This record gives sequence, structure tokens and C-alpha cells, in this order.
Amino acid sequence: MSDITSSSFVRQDLLDERPAPVKTTGFVGLVRTRLFNSPTNILLTIVGALLLWFTIIPSVRFLMVDAVWTGKDRTACLAENAGFTVGACWPYIQAKLPQLIYGFYPEAERWRVNLTLVLSVVLLVPLLIPRLPSKGLNAGLFFFAFPVVAFFLLHGGGIKGFGLSWTADLLQLFDDSIIGAGKALLGLGKTSSAAPLLWVVGNVIMLVGTAIYWLIFPLTWLRDQLQGTGQSVWADFAITAAIVSLIAFVLGGGLRTGGRALTSSVVTFAAIAIVIKLMGLDHGGLPIVQTNLWGGLLVTLVVSVTGIVTSLPIGIALALGRRSTIPLIRIFSIAFIEFWRGVPLITVLFFATYMLPLFLPGNFTVDGLVRALIGISLFTGAYQAENVRGGLAAIPRGQGEAAAALGLSWWKTTSLIVLPQALRHVIPNLVNSFISLFKDTSLVSIVALFDLLGSLRASFSDPKWSSPSTAFTGFAFAGIIYFIFCFGMSRYSLFVEHRLNAHRRN
Amino acid sequence: MSIEARKPPPQIALKIRRVLGGKTGWNGIAVQFAFAAVLGWIAYEIVSNARANLENQHIAAGFGFLANNAGFDVNQTLISYTGSDTFLRVFLVGLLNTLVVSVVGIVFATVIGFIVALCRLSPNWLLARIGEIYVEIIRNLPVLFQILFWYLAVLAALPNPRQSISLLGIAFVSNRGLVIPRPIGESGFEAFLVVLALGIVASVVLRIHARRALFQRGQMIRIWPYVLGLLFGLPLVTILVAGLPFSFELPQLKGFNFAGGSRIIPEFVALTLALSTYTAAFIAEIVRAGILSVHSGQMEAGSSLGLSRGTTLRLVVVPQAMRVIVPPLTNQYLNLTKNSSLAVAIGYPDLVSVFAGTSLSQTGQAIEIIAMTMGVYLLISLITSAVMSVYGWRISRSLGA
Repeated sequence: MSDITSSSFVRQDLLDERPAPVKTTGFVGLVRTRLFNSPTNILLTIVGALLLWFTIIPSVRFLMVDAVWTGKDRTACLAENAGFTVGACWPYIQAKLPQLIYGFYPEAERWRVNLTLVLSVVLLVPLLIPRLPSKGLNAGLFFFAFPVVAFFLLHGGGIKGFGLSWTADLLQLFDDSIIGAGKALLGLGKTSSAAPLLWVVGNVIMLVGTAIYWLIFPLTWLRDQLQGTGQSVWADFAITAAIVSLIAFVLGGGLRTGGRALTSSVVTFAAIAIVIKLMGLDHGGLPIVQTNLWGGLLVTLVVSVTGIVTSLPIGIALALGRRSTIPLIRIFSIAFIEFWRGVPLITVLFFATYMLPLFLPGNFTVDGLVRALIGISLFTGAYQAENVRGGLAAIPRGQGEAAAALGLSWWKTTSLIVLPQALRHVIPNLVNSFISLFKDTSLVSIVALFDLLGSLRASFSDPKWSSPSTAFTGFAFAGIIYFIFCFGMSRYSLFVEHRLNAHRRN
Repeated sequence: MSIEARKPPPQIALKIRRVLGGKTGWNGIAVQFAFAAVLGWIAYEIVSNARANLENQHIAAGFGFLANNAGFDVNQTLISYTGSDTFLRVFLVGLLNTLVVSVVGIVFATVIGFIVALCRLSPNWLLARIGEIYVEIIRNLPVLFQILFWYLAVLAALPNPRQSISLLGIAFVSNRGLVIPRPIGESGFEAFLVVLALGIVASVVLRIHARRALFQRGQMIRIWPYVLGLLFGLPLVTILVAGLPFSFELPQLKGFNFAGGSRIIPEFVALTLALSTYTAAFIAEIVRAGILSVHSGQMEAGSSLGLSRGTTLRLVVVPQAMRVIVPPLTNQYLNLTKNSSLAVAIGYPDLVSVFAGTSLSQTGQAIEIIAMTMGVYLLISLITSAVMSVYGWRISRSLGA
């Protein structure tokens, strides 16, 4: 044993302690490894520090140090009165805040806007937290009930009928149009060279129109009877509720299993009745506030929420259409999607503002805000369709085939098996589209709607507040609002993406 | 004796059914008929309503208005234009202005985007954070907000021409825009152009020859001295022989404004600044994702073959990254072109502003004008996507080979 230790190749004495390795963690490590580890890096660090110095310091000075915090009008924000180079002029924002948030919404009615905002937050927040239960009910409330309630809250006004009257009106409109087309063809037949053909086609269309007229006659007759009674809304409501509940009961499986469908239908109608009663919709509702009085953040939020709510169904329908095997529907979907994706949003808004009114019957005027909403919904719908299509393509074929093997119909396969998985896959992409939609709502200011940016721009021209720093202050304020919303949404999308990819992390 | 295989029945009816109705067969055909009927009904409603409305407003449908005199001025034109020119000329002027701002914006956006991407990928912690902050701030603000910010806040805050900021005494920035020296053609201009074109062609030929020699015979030819000579030496010699090709006219402050030089209108400056910085943030993310998508083993494999770091980047990493980068990059270029239509908000005379804006309000021909405007953008994006699908097909073919 001892001769090994005494051999020439085994060291006999202990080595000196080596110096501790260079610290690579913590702040010092960061400075050493990522900032000053080579001459180039030192140079880059200096350049970066200079960049920060010349951007951050002036911004902070402008927003905080040199800012004016109180004042009555522009004189407070002028350098000669303040005694120093003035930064942000915050009293200007304080004075314009109601305009930037509500536009010209009447002051006495602003509680309605606040209530709508509170409602939307109450419904939206639970929807966004994955851990909370009953997502279906929550989504139903947010996507279907909330828009209707919000409309009557913000716009005001009441209803004159209910489901039955609306169905009758719609069918009658359709039938009138068919009969009108038939008459036009017959009129054309008198002068044209292809008279016999036109005569035949015109008469066929007239025949169809008349048949439909007699088919829907019971409905229209009932509607006219209801309008005569004093309580037309409630009578109509009762009949609609009874019919829909009966249909739900029968389709739900009759006496055997229809009880559940019946209960949910009755509960839904009871909730609708409570809402109608609470808001007094049956006798006029809240006072009407025309949309040209709306403005500021209100319009921005209304446009983006409407866009979000309406573009998703449009997108799903188009995506399913694009994957359909039926040629005409596929071609139509592709053309529709590619058309809206190929043109800039501003031309879509011009289209909605100038062209759409020409396409509607002369006695039918559409509100300026609604026109913009239609344009934005179609535009965003096309983008959402591509997102949804990505999700549908990610679902393995086996899912659909398994559903078919179980004997599920196409509708059931799609709505119960494929779509839920596909939509869950693409939540981050959908949220990213919502971010760009939110940013794009600023474009409505070009077609004479006063959203946040439009109101801001309008407020610049107020001589009472014109000072050198007004524009910068206004942009700083609006920029912070936009940033908070967009950044919040993008963080949420990252969070969902992280959650969805939980199984891929190691 | 062999048993002949029985031929399958022709199933013509089945095939027709499949072509016409898809997988769902006769049901599909019925659905299509219903769908076509609804579409036809909507089209009929639109056409009849539009005719009635146009008649009420006394507007003659059709493109005849394009030959009428426009009667308004445009403050930036690339082709000669006066108020007595036709609406068709207005359309062309607007289209050219759109293309100019898009091309300039694309160039700047690409440069800024690549710089920001390099910052974000830099080992330097501070630069990486700065790149990240840039991307986050720019991406989370609406582009219209940024355009208005540059136009209404920054450019409006610049001094008037008399106190303008001088850039080395040759260019001047003021709230009336940017004034730069204007090149004026001199006697040697044609010869210079011809020689320059010759030099470029000869360099390209040389490069093709060198590549072929390298790939087919493994022979390295050093061509860069010749290329340098062709591109710079030859034109220099021509200048010495034939005289200066062009001289610059410097802007001079006369009274309240500048005389001489070319003026770039502030709307153009604001629009280009906003569009290029905005798109650059997206391009930076695309480039970063593309470079990160190349497996780090590629870099190691390159250095194990004895290639230098630069050569590995140039020959191994970048070509693979480009495959990922190019399609979304084109998409961003397209987005920039489409976003240039926001010029209407600040009055830069682009297609939407002068044609769908001023011309529409003067003539009232909403259907024709908006259809033409949408058609232009649609055409641009369809051509781009066609080119991109050819590119994708070539990439997949080269990967398969």
C-alpha cells in the first residue's frame, strides 16, 4: 500500500486552493457575462446606455418632472406662466376626459355606459380564467345575451313585438321581394325579345311568391291580431315562449328525456322576461341616445367587442365552408375570404360607408356606426376564418372518422368533436386577431366616427387648450390606454399558449 | 386459360354526383341549389336597389366619368399633373404615390427590422432588452395612432423653415417637410448610365461563370477584384473622360421658404416613418424566429467541417432561416402596402386619399371608384400570393430533391 503512495507519479502534497470560479449568476454575473465580457460588448453596452439615456430621461421628465398638474386653461401650460419648459399638460386631459371616454353622450345618461362596462367586465373576467366552471353558460351570456342587453342599455328604445312578429316580418319581407322580382320579370317580358322565357320564369316566381304568401298567412294574421291587443309584447312573448319550449321538448326527446331541454328553455325565457321587465322594453325602454353622440373609448370598445362577437361565428362558418366538399360552397368561401383579406380595412370602411347604403332599399337607412360595424365584422371574419381553419387542420382525421363510426351526423361531429378541439388549439391566434382588431378600430375615425383617437384629434383643435405640449400630452394619454389593452391581451394569449403547451414542456 | 379480371362498372352517375355534390352526393347538390338561389336573390336585391338609388340621385352608372376633368390639385405627383387632367390621371397619380411610399417604407422597414432583430439576438443583455422594449411598444399601439403622432405631434413641433434644422448644410428639416439636394443631369449622364449598366451585366455574368466553375469543376475563381473594377472603376474612368454625370442643386433659404432642391412633403415623411418603424417591429420578430428556428447543431456541424463562423452563417444558417423568414416577410410587405392607405388620415395623396376620397366626393360614383380602389389592392395581394406559392413550391421541390 505505502509503496504506491510513495511512487513517483502520485502527488504527495495538497494542491493550493484554486481561486473561486468567476461568478456567472446574479447581477454581478450578468454584468460580467452579458455586458462587459469583450471589447465589442462594452462598446454595444455604451451605445445601448446612451440610447436609453436619450429616450427614457426625456420621457420621464416630460410625463412627470416638467409636467403641469393643475390649471384652468392653456395659460397654465405655457412656459412663460409656468416658469420652466413645460412637459405634459395634464389639466388638459382632466378637462377632456369625459369627451375622451363618452364622446358627447348626455351627462345624465352616462350611468348606462358605466353599467354596460361593469356588466362586460363581470361577464368577461370569469370567461378568461380557465379554472372557473360553467364556461358554456358564461360564453352564452357574453356572446348572445350581453350584446342585446348592451344595445338596449346604450342606445335605448323598446320593442314592439317579439319572436313571432319578427319571424312574420322577416318572412313577409322575403316574400315581397320574390313577388317584386316576379313582377319586374313580367314587366321586362313585354319589351324583351326573349319574352316567352321571361314570361314563364316570371310566372313561376310569382307562383312561388303566392304559395309562400299563403304558407305564412297564419303567422302574419296572428301578428296582426296581436298588434291589436294592448299587451302585444307580452302576448307575443308568451306565444313564442310556448312554441319554442314545445319544440325544445319534442326535439329533446319528448316525455322520455325532453324534461331538461324544456327546463332550460323555460329558464331562458324567464330570464328574458325579467330583463324586458327591468329595462321597461315593453313600454318604450330607456330614452334613445343616437349613435352620433357616442364617442371616445366607448366607441372603441363597442366596435371592438361587436367585432369580436360577430367575427367568430362568421369565421367559423367560412372556415367550415372552405373545408366543405360541396364545390359551390367551397368556392364561395375561398373567394369571400381572399377578397376581404386582400383589401385594406380602410377601403372596407369606405365600402361600408358609401356603397352599402346604395345596396339597400331606398327607405332603409343604416346608422353610420352600424355600417362601420358591418364592414369590420366581415373583414375580421375573413381573418378569423383562416385562424379557425388552422385549428381544424390540426385535428387528426381519426377524430372525425371515430365520430362517423359512432354514427354521429356531420353537424354533431363538427359541433361536438372537431370544433371544440380546434377552437381550443387556436385561442392564442384568435386573441392575436382580437388585438389587431382592437388596434384597427382606430380607423373608424377616418369615416367620421369619433372613437378614442378621433375624439383626441378633435380635442386638439380646441383653442382653449392649444399649447405646444397639448398634442404630446394627448398622444401620451391615448397611447397608454391603447398599450394597456393590447399588452394585456397579448400577455393573456401568451398565458393561454403556455397552458395549452403544458404537455410539451419537459 | 386465364380468367380475365372483370372491369369495374363505369359508375358514371356516381362520378358526376361526386363532382357536382361533393361527398354528400345528391344532398350536396340540393344544398348548392338552395345556396345559389339565396345568392341570386341577394344579388338581385343589390342590383335592383342600387339602380333605383342611383336613379334617385341622378348619377349615371359606368366608367365614363374617368374621362372628365378632375379640377383639383395634388401636392405630390410623380408624373406631370394639373387640375385640368382627367380622373384616370388622378387614379394613376394616386397609385404611383401609393407605390412610392410602399417601396420606400419596405426598404426602411427591412433595414430597421433586421437591426432590431440582431439587437434582440445579441449576446449583449442591454441591447436585447432595448430591442424587446421597442418591439413591445410599437406592436401594441395602433398604426394610425403612430402616423398621427408623427404628423400632428412630432413634425408639427419642428421649427419653421427659417429656423430649420440643417443636416450638414445640405438637407434641411422643418415643419414644411424635408428639403434635399436635387440631382441635375449633366453632359456625361448618358455615357455614365450606359457604362454602369454594362458593368452590372458584366458582373452578373462573371458571377454566374464563377459559380458554374465552382459547382461543375470544383474550381475557385476569385472575382471580386474584377467586379469592383467593373462597378466602380469603369464609371470613374467614364466620369474622367466624359465629365460629371450630374451635379446637385443645393437648397437655399429665400424669404420664408427654400428655393431649389427637392422638397419632400411632411405627410410623406410622417407616413414613411410611422409605417417603417411599425412594420419593422413585426419584421424583427419574424427574422428572430427564423434564425432561432435553425437548429444549433447546424452551426456546430458547420464549424466541425472547418468552416469559419461567417461562412457557416452565410452558407448554412441563413439559407435555412430564409426559408422560414421569406413567406411571413412578404406578408408584412403586403401589410405595409395596405396600411399605406391610412395616408388618407393625414392627407398624403395616395390612391385612397385622392381617388376614393376627393374624386369620390366630387363625382359621387361610389360603386365604380371603390371597386377600382379595392381591385388595385386585391390585384397586388393576389399577385404576391401567387409569387409566394411558386416560391413555396420551389422550396418544397428543392427539399425533396
